[in-house]
Amino acid sequence: MRNFFRFIIRYHAFLLFLILETLCFYFIFNYSRYHNDVYKTTSNKVSGFIFENFSGIVQYFYLKDVNRELAAENAFLRSQMPSTFEQSRDYFRAAYDSMTLQGFKYRSARVINNSVNNHFNYLTLNKGALNGIRRDMGVISTRGVVGVVLNVSEHYATVISLLNTRLKISARLKDTGFFGSLEWDGRSYRYAWLDEIPAHAAPRVGDAVVTSGFSAIFPENILIGTIDEVILNEGEGFYDIRVLLSVDFKKLHYVEVIEKYFAPEQRELEKMSEDD
Amino acid sequence: MINQLPRYLFNFVVFVLLQVLLLNNIQFSGYVNPYLYVLFIITLPFPTPKWLLLLLGMVTGITIDVFMNTFGLHAAATVFMAYMRPGVLTLIAPRDGYETGKLPVPAHYGYLWFIKYAVLMVLLHHLFLFIVEAFSFAMFWDTLWKSVVSSFFSILFILIVMLFARDDSRIV
Repeated sequence: MRNFFRFIIRYHAFLLFLILETLCFYFIFNYSRYHNDVYKTTSNKVSGFIFENFSGIVQYFYLKDVNRELAAENAFLRSQMPSTFEQSRDYFRAAYDSMTLQGFKYRSARVINNSVNNHFNYLTLNKGALNGIRRDMGVISTRGVVGVVLNVSEHYATVISLLNTRLKISARLKDTGFFGSLEWDGRSYRYAWLDEIPAHAAPRVGDAVVTSGFSAIFPENILIGTIDEVILNEGEGFYDIRVLLSVDFKKLHYVEVIEKYFAPEQRELEKMSEDD
Repeated sequence: MINQLPRYLFNFVVFVLLQVLLLNNIQFSGYVNPYLYVLFIITLPFPTPKWLLLLLGMVTGITIDVFMNTFGLHAAATVFMAYMRPGVLTLIAPRDGYETGKLPVPAHYGYLWFIKYAVLMVLLHHLFLFIVEAFSFAMFWDTLWKSVVSSFFSILFILIVMLFARDDSRIV
């Protein structure tokens, strides 16, 4: 027994090192469970508060850009108002027809923390559960897809950025309709890769890549980016397509969180089919 | 040692805030992210016991992790660096060893010694960090290049911060 204690005292640093490293790697690998239970990282109160105040200051320097983007979006939305269309009264619409149910709700939020140069990038938004934000809602900006909500605390939410190797998004070529999955490779924050596009799809450089609308997260036809480079894998029959992302993640200030009203219903139904 | 406690608390807060509010927003070509917070472990006094080094490494790393959504990644790298510190110090010890009451800062042992020390520590930290982050050897050269370039900038920032050391006995 005495030898045992002597051993422990003699190698206490090494043993402590092993214990701490094991703990760290346990955190790294059990990442999502741990993360949900104990600390919600940047969606927690303290770090959220610090980021919120700091980004409040930084925001002033970007007012010009933000204003220009908002003005452009206002103009776009105004062009979609009923008053801009010529009214035709020759159709009939039932008041509570299920065809006219509202499908999506948009909530604007401010980005208070963001990164682009890690393997797993996340954003923090200044709105949380009290504002109706829930896990798995889609996040877009005026320019296109940004990511998916991961964790929510009362006042803050963290978002898995599109620039996160853990996120895959179902995407579609706008012109031809072929769909595949879009994934970031961990390198440049301007580009992501679209896989599983079959060899007969004939994608061209410059074609738009949009969301497919298959998942219960994003609506259809939201811009993701444009094709930058097309590589045909010999023998596999699939293209690797490099997509220039339409969102500049370094200049992200305001985003919209999308709530799909029937998402829970869709997920439940799909899960039922998978279980069968 | 106890009278240095307020200074190190101050260092801790300043380095962490500098890291999460300013340096994490510096991104050259998507490759480089300087990690200045390691300076906290680097400048701890010579007689700091090993177990305290390791625990402080853990605390610093976890704090950075909370802000960066990385859970354990920075903690693992910083604990590793803290564990290697006594070895690195012995490796580059001056001929007559370290005097009591002095700190591992350029004002006490000269810039040449400090750069040697900082380069070794930062390289160890960054290599560990980026290899664990990628967690595969598939893009090994990518990872290596990333750690070397990031180390360069980290050391640059560390030297800049050391220029702001108030006087011989103070660090920041």
